[in-house]
Amino acid sequence: MNFFELAWSILPALLRGTVVTLEITGISISIGFILGILLALGRIYGNKSIYIVATTYVEVIRGTPLLTQLFLLYFGLPSIGIMLSPFLAAIIGMGLNSGAYQAEYFRGAIQAVKSGQMMAARSVGMNKFKAVRYIILPQMLRLVIPSWSNELIYLVKYSSLAYMIQAPELMAQGKVIAAKNFRTFEVFIVVAFIYLVIVLILSKILDILEKRIRIPGLQTQAV
Amino acid sequence: MSEMILKVEDIHKNYRELEVLKGISFEVKRGETKVVIGPSGTGKSTLLRCINQLTPPDKGRVWLDGVKITDPKVDINKIRSSIGMVFQDFNLFAHLTALNNVRIGLMKVKEMEKREATDLAMEELRRVGLGDKTSSYPAELSGGQQQRVSIARALAMNPKLILFDEPTSALDPELIGEVLEVMINLAKEGMTMLVVSHEMGFARSVANEIIFMEHGVIIEEGAPQQLFTKPKHKRTGEFLHKITELYGESGK
Repeated sequence: MNFFELAWSILPALLRGTVVTLEITGISISIGFILGILLALGRIYGNKSIYIVATTYVEVIRGTPLLTQLFLLYFGLPSIGIMLSPFLAAIIGMGLNSGAYQAEYFRGAIQAVKSGQMMAARSVGMNKFKAVRYIILPQMLRLVIPSWSNELIYLVKYSSLAYMIQAPELMAQGKVIAAKNFRTFEVFIVVAFIYLVIVLILSKILDILEKRIRIPGLQTQAV
Repeated sequence: MSEMILKVEDIHKNYRELEVLKGISFEVKRGETKVVIGPSGTGKSTLLRCINQLTPPDKGRVWLDGVKITDPKVDINKIRSSIGMVFQDFNLFAHLTALNNVRIGLMKVKEMEKREATDLAMEELRRVGLGDKTSSYPAELSGGQQQRVSIARALAMNPKLILFDEPTSALDPELIGEVLEVMINLAKEGMTMLVVSHEMGFARSVANEIIFMEHGVIIEEGAPQQLFTKPKHKRTGEFLHKITELYGESGK
């Protein structure tokens, strides 16, 4: 069997893994998105105790390896009677992890919104919530796209760590196939290629999104 | 209700050790234009922010149309929606078109229907001469145009009073005229305005009264004619002389 015949024969199994990879990435980036916005708002606008909680969370998550966090969820929690499926452990672990990183991107972007914007919003009579909702967040989301794109791309690749907790994602599928046919090199070339294609497509989509919602005068300076 | 729209009594404000406002009191009547002048760093902008409580004063009381707005029980957001504010650097919402800048307060604060809000916003934009710029974003407008949009944004809320914080100081000289023209028209139409400005021409020809502030206190207050020709304090005369030399009398 030459390389292309091999690649073709293992593709269905790898694509099943790819679907799981995309599910894990998609769900955990979404969990992280919501969590990240709440954490960023907590750190900027929250009172002292909210600030401390949010900051501690971000520091602890960013200060410990993702793999350790996944192991704690999947192998550690059963000891206190909480059993998670590999998939659930993966999306919870990666969602909670990504939230801490996204919080930092969002925080930076909120701080990049000019301070006069909040003042003007309040002077029109908006309360703090409305000012954040209608003035600060729409600007922040446009400013954050370039750095947020990085987080999404990292997450696609970090989702491969989920194979360590038996989630049947792309990397795990590759491992299973290679263990059977011993053609490790070829199998992981195909796996790598699939990751690359996913990342390239996502980059392109984000690029288009960024251009489509671009507003004159509201973008981060040259990349 | 009396003719008094704004009453400010004994306002104090400190930033750490620095006492910026040391007991400011004055009143503004309905339909009146008052211009606050004084050297920079005197607390003029702080004073405006203490009035609409964007910067809460440490001490003192403010009444708007008979309502004591320094009372902690008042809904300050509601009060602010009836006090327009125009900033030195415009502060238009950067992600919104001119129309949306004017409309957003109507829709999100006054909870007006979209169509009604649009009609009103269009009317205010035409009033400041920008009926053809409704779909432009702030970055696509000149400074003068941006400032006129921000005046329209304030006007749309149908305010009892508009605070102007050095509205022409960030503008190129050739753009100052268009903004002053809008303000002069507002004064003529009977809008109540409190204006911090270095535009002596405007102060002289439009203001009912000028307040001269220095080092956090009001040195002198009076009709322009009186301040310009026979000021009670030597310092007032010196300042007016210097500032007129420096900025000329544009906007007459």
